[in-house]
Amino acid sequence: MNPLLTKYAERIAKTLAKYPDKRSAVMPLLYIAQEEYGYVSPEGIDQVAEICDMDPTQVKSVAGFYTMYSEKPKGKYWLQVCTDLACALRGADKFHEELKDYLGVEEGGTTEDGMFTVEHVMCLAACDKAPMLQCNFHFVENLDMEKMKQLIAEWRAGVNAEVQKLSNGSK
Amino acid sequence: MATEPKYILLRAREIPNIDDIDVYLQHGGYEALKKAVKQTPAEVIDEVKKSNLRGRGGAGFPTGVKWSFIPQSEPVKYVAVNADESETGTFKDREIMETNPHQLIEGALICAYAIQATAVYIYLRGEFWDVAHKLDAKIEEARAKGLVGKNIAGSDYSCEVYTHLGAGAYICGEESALLNSLEGKLGQPRVRPPFPAQKGGGLYGEPTVVNNVETLANVPFIIREGADAFKAFGSEQSSGTKIFCVSGHVQKPGNYELPLGSTWRELLYDCAGGPLEGRTIKGILPSGGSGPVIRVTDEMLDMKLTYEDVMKLNSILGSASIIVMDDTVDMVWVASKVTKFFKHESCGKCTPCREGTYWLDKVLDRIMRGEGQMKDVELIENVARNMQGTTLCALGDFAANPIIYTIKNFPEDFKKRVDPNYAPATTAAD
Repeated sequence: MNPLLTKYAERIAKTLAKYPDKRSAVMPLLYIAQEEYGYVSPEGIDQVAEICDMDPTQVKSVAGFYTMYSEKPKGKYWLQVCTDLACALRGADKFHEELKDYLGVEEGGTTEDGMFTVEHVMCLAACDKAPMLQCNFHFVENLDMEKMKQLIAEWRAGVNAEVQKLSNGSK
Repeated sequence: MATEPKYILLRAREIPNIDDIDVYLQHGGYEALKKAVKQTPAEVIDEVKKSNLRGRGGAGFPTGVKWSFIPQSEPVKYVAVNADESETGTFKDREIMETNPHQLIEGALICAYAIQATAVYIYLRGEFWDVAHKLDAKIEEARAKGLVGKNIAGSDYSCEVYTHLGAGAYICGEESALLNSLEGKLGQPRVRPPFPAQKGGGLYGEPTVVNNVETLANVPFIIREGADAFKAFGSEQSSGTKIFCVSGHVQKPGNYELPLGSTWRELLYDCAGGPLEGRTIKGILPSGGSGPVIRVTDEMLDMKLTYEDVMKLNSILGSASIIVMDDTVDMVWVASKVTKFFKHESCGKCTPCREGTYWLDKVLDRIMRGEGQMKDVELIENVARNMQGTTLCALGDFAANPIIYTIKNFPEDFKKRVDPNYAPATTAAD
């Protein structure tokens, strides 16, 4: 039995119907696996491979190639700060350092309570709204540490459900 | 003819809620598609050719010509919309899709009709998660009006439109890597020929047009108002308007849609408000991280923003992702930042790019730590030159540009980094 196929039957069927070749569904299905397990787990890889008629090694290589698939669990809030050139010109490097200091984590690290993972990423196409970050794939823009501290407090308290899941369900 | 609009693309700035299909329809929306499906595909292609519309993704290839490469005899053909938008400093396609999504859907469908495609795939970078979900809803709005799917606008022509999310890889904006990614493979460029337009070269081996979001969003205007109305904007070689993404050291960063042929001064001062208080603009990357950096002069600011005029500055207009840097910026730092980007985004397929970006980054780090020598600067320039023209896609060339042109145009910044006793006054003699 394939637990992903059972649990997400409708979404998976809708996804497969978009393409003439099942292999094209590998990326959307990896997102579903990541949503289910919190990261792209070995069992997730096997199930996606079965659905797409692929070898698990091929699925693993796809998951490894793209940065938005995580091979290990992240914090509940996965904060990806853009520190690329355009954002850095508007203070993004400093913001990124201050955020890590405030949460007490190293680059790529997760807070002890498992709430926040902080890492820097390449350009996110929001250069006019720097500093900015992506929280569980949702953009949060025009930031400074004051706003950030407020958001962290809200997220800790469970406010703003929008960013709590890795996906909002329809893909 | 309708009065000249201020905006062809960023119409939401004049017409609130144009993302709503009813509002879009009230303002001429989908009229071009309805008009197109009553014409022959060849007539549609001819009109786009006549408009001189050039690809807005960076390469500037004539759009109508690209469409005409598709062999009409093949039964299965595709349109792939490049919404990967990952060039450093680029954020225009996102605004089009968020605020004027139907114009993209309409433009993509006109392209699809012109080449008689069976389906359109809109490939969005994975980070555009929210944008893709909104776009899905907009596709359904259009379907409910009979404008997507079976018998489009009451014609015999049928075509599906799907979104597809990438997962964080700059290289997937390269057209053949995009197609590989859509097929569920690693997003690495393909050997060409065959080109995407040819049998064997496109999506699932079928002839495919790959066009950027902004390119396709121009098409409804061209078909509705005619090629001549479009050519009323811009220059002979660069027709229409263009969205300029201005970021970095200006008062008002943002997207500005201007006719091609406007001047740098109009864009940077009149629109973006000029440099920050007390600063002067030192350099500009006109095409994100991938184009040669320009040294800003008074004379240069009065030059035109067209594909041909930016070439006179030994750079490229490309995607028009204008990153502005003021006199506080060290160009060695810029070269290092951009190199880290390309090192991260190199797909690893071609040795000169994979190894080249790695070593460029390592040596630049050494220079940034103050441990570099002049021969290190010569070394990175040599490495960069050996990457040019030696890779399957343009990423290798893009990664060489920030090195070669920061050294060429700002040699004093490198000299300062490698020689603590260097006095800037000596640059005059260089």
